[in-house]
Amino acid sequence: MLKKIRTTLAIIVLALITLLFLDVSGALHAWLGWLAKIQFLPAVLALNVAVIVALVALTLIFGRIYCSIICPLGIFQDVISWIHSKRKKNRFSFSPEKKWIRYPVLALFIIAFVAGVNSFVALLAPYSSYGRIVNNLFRPVYEWGNNILARIAEHYESYAFSETDIWLKSLPTFVIAAVTLVLLIILAWKGGRTYCNTICPVGTILSFLSRFSWLKIRMDEDKCIKCGLCSKNCKASAIDFKNFHVDYSRCVVCGDCLEKCKKDAIHYCFKDKGQRTKDNLVNEKQESVSGKATSPQTEVDSSRRSFLVSAAMATTAAALAQGKGDVDGGLAVIEDKIAPERNTPITPPGSLSAKNMAKHCTACQLCVSACPNGVLRPSTDLLTLMQPTSSYERGYCRPECTKCSEVCPAGAIRPISVEDKSSTQIGHAVWIKQNCIPVTDGVDCGNCERHCPTGAIEMVPLDENDPAGVYIPAVNESYCIGCGACENLCPARPFSAIYVEGHEVHKTI
Amino acid sequence: MNKELNRRNFLKYLGGGLAASSALLAACTDGERRTSASKQEPPKGKMTYRTNPNTGDKVSLLGYGMMRLPVEGGSERDNPDAPIDQEMVNRQVDYAIEHGVNYFDTSPAYCRGFSESATGIALARHKRSEFFVATKLSNFSPNTQTTEGSKQMFENSLKQLQVDYIDYLLLHAVGGGGMPEVNRRYMDNGILDWLVEQKQKGRIRNLGFSFHGDKEVFDELLTWHDEGKYHWDFVQIELNYLDWNWANEINDSNVDAVYLYSELEKRGIPAVIMEPLLGGRLANVPTTIAAKMKQRDPEGSIAKWGFRFAGTPKGVLCVLSGMTYMEHLKDNLITYSPLQPITEEENEFLMEIAEDIYNLKTIPCNECNYCMPCPYGLNIPAIFSHYNKCIKDGNIPHEKLDKEYDRARRAFLVGYDRSVPKLRQASHCIGCNQCAPHCPQRIPIPQELQKIDDFVERLKQEIVIAPENAE
Repeated sequence: MLKKIRTTLAIIVLALITLLFLDVSGALHAWLGWLAKIQFLPAVLALNVAVIVALVALTLIFGRIYCSIICPLGIFQDVISWIHSKRKKNRFSFSPEKKWIRYPVLALFIIAFVAGVNSFVALLAPYSSYGRIVNNLFRPVYEWGNNILARIAEHYESYAFSETDIWLKSLPTFVIAAVTLVLLIILAWKGGRTYCNTICPVGTILSFLSRFSWLKIRMDEDKCIKCGLCSKNCKASAIDFKNFHVDYSRCVVCGDCLEKCKKDAIHYCFKDKGQRTKDNLVNEKQESVSGKATSPQTEVDSSRRSFLVSAAMATTAAALAQGKGDVDGGLAVIEDKIAPERNTPITPPGSLSAKNMAKHCTACQLCVSACPNGVLRPSTDLLTLMQPTSSYERGYCRPECTKCSEVCPAGAIRPISVEDKSSTQIGHAVWIKQNCIPVTDGVDCGNCERHCPTGAIEMVPLDENDPAGVYIPAVNESYCIGCGACENLCPARPFSAIYVEGHEVHKTI
Repeated sequence: MNKELNRRNFLKYLGGGLAASSALLAACTDGERRTSASKQEPPKGKMTYRTNPNTGDKVSLLGYGMMRLPVEGGSERDNPDAPIDQEMVNRQVDYAIEHGVNYFDTSPAYCRGFSESATGIALARHKRSEFFVATKLSNFSPNTQTTEGSKQMFENSLKQLQVDYIDYLLLHAVGGGGMPEVNRRYMDNGILDWLVEQKQKGRIRNLGFSFHGDKEVFDELLTWHDEGKYHWDFVQIELNYLDWNWANEINDSNVDAVYLYSELEKRGIPAVIMEPLLGGRLANVPTTIAAKMKQRDPEGSIAKWGFRFAGTPKGVLCVLSGMTYMEHLKDNLITYSPLQPITEEENEFLMEIAEDIYNLKTIPCNECNYCMPCPYGLNIPAIFSHYNKCIKDGNIPHEKLDKEYDRARRAFLVGYDRSVPKLRQASHCIGCNQCAPHCPQRIPIPQELQKIDDFVERLKQEIVIAPENAE
């Protein structure tokens, strides 16, 4: 029964969270956003007391059921492990807790957390890892499917699906997601919940509480015939049937053992049924180090410059503004934009400041996947690795959109209204004379002025004594909110003639 | 615009109607059911011809315009960079000649410069006496406006077309930019006199001009003709049932076709007609208008009305049609084999239709691509075409309270991204105005693009005010 309830809930939760990350329509965030907000680490980072209290209470009553029905990464590993179990029955056996990995990892995690080394924190955060995997690896496939549907819809003149751009948002984050996925599949395939019980900091924190949970898996020594089926089917390797011992710090209350026991000798209940059950003090022989534990840390190539250079090389080098020739028709080649080297990175409206972002973000990529304008992408800076940063080569932070602030579960991007957004300065525009088309080509432009939502740009004569000459943009920084409309729509390519410098602290204008 | 009848239903209904009426007709005549509608296959030897008073040429009323040639993988609109589908061009030219078409009109500028050679390849497979070829002196850019540049352009046309004389040579698109532009292109460099010389040498059989724009230029050129300064063997004008009375209303720098035609008729100058369908805009009308036209002629195509109208005036030598696809060609051949002239009553009917179309306030872009390529990468005709299509389909949302608003908004925005890649949309128009002087319809292109961009912006932000020119 427990198992049935558990698997049903788990499948629903996993499917919905995955959908939350995959959704290209933007319609599901309002309905499913709460699933991200009840995740443990994001709730801690958002100082979401209600959720934290609820999760602590849940664990004190039911044990680590969080790991089985709420954590998407845990459920995902269960799926992998389940596939293996279909082929090979009774494949697990008891192994003692690997304290020498578990507690140092937690200690490191807490130190990194306090010290603000968020890239390390984000690397270990289970929900975020899952988010990265879905966003980087599954979403492109989903989008591809969506685009096929969009093509079909187009054929039938239906507007039900619209095409979406598929692009690599950050190579380092993609690599990290891929490596995490491979490691997780290997670990789950071999040892079920190895990751959750040796590396995952959330698992370790919850394990402190689950030892004292009210409901527990308990063995009845009288009924038990020591067949060992419970141990052989415990993906947490937490049941030592020989000594009637269950390691509650690792049990994730999946209920597999209850189903397997033919003699009704194992129960999920609140007090001992067997009288002589030894709850603890089992010889936890520190067996020799097994090679199972693997550090999830992966090598990260975070050199932004090399990434940019390769991106630049991938774009076709084409001269723009060829001018109208002798013949009609055809299309001019459009060179891809290249992001400027911003001295201060831009963070989206609602994030309050670079500091707030760094402090709260777990790099789950939910905002990145929700951004409909191609603005947000994972940072490649080591200190803020994988946290969202804004750039305007593909689109700009549109005035009507507050998607990222709606979905953020960790309080890194606080909810912001459209009105507040339009008066929140996240950066300011800077003009680069050498790139500006009126200066270089001598033609009228003013596309930045035309698209500035706050009227912060005015076109003025380059030469104040020659009002008939070309006009250049004059930016009133006090009105500029840093949305990037000017940068994105600037005809100068690959480097815009006007670009946004981020502000460390956002302010209201 | 209330249209409960969507296109699909309309077609269904139409198909049913067609089947019913043909069945009825069949019942009246031979009492047998037909396996397909009659009049779908053009007859041979029935083409209407007009005689050129200068040379006695018997010219087919249907002329083949080589400006919208098929490209590999479909139409140029969808694949602007695809090469011309020469095999298809050959096939269609052969078919046209077989069915009596003998006038082929091209220009060095058409189809990114590939039209003349494609026309040459297709025509070289036929006897020189079987066809008349028309091309133009398209010296729009300053480097072809020199005497040498223009001469070279003409010589190159002969080479590309694989002929040693041109039957009909036109000064290309005079009128835009006024007389100064005419002088710059044809007078100051002495090229018009040189062309007259070529005519005397027999390398040009008929000399004329194609006209778009300023009335003064048209009048002045005809005055030259009256004074005997130059003789125009023919003049190419834009004529269709919309431009007949509305051209000037749509854009006050344009001239109504009724004026242009009667000035030519007065002087006995044969008129070659271009834009009989306005780049297909007159065939591609909203369902409400289409239904009216079908009601009157259930078996004819919508396009047929345009061609019958353009071909009816006696002074028309030839009506050009840029037939990209075989079905265009077949339909037009049916229309002109032979021509059934428009009756007075039908003429009144078409004037009503013209008013309906005028009231749609679409952007008068005929997708001729003269404005292209835009140096900043925009796909100008595709943007206008999407906007016009949305007007036609009732997808221009007006009021937010309108129950159709959400559907229309989505249809407009999603359709926009589909028909024009984001980087080629109106938001990227910087207003450099390099395109506008090339537009034969004299559309203020940057202003129109920015108007559309404003409209898109309002749709995206859901600030709902209908754009100026959609009511």
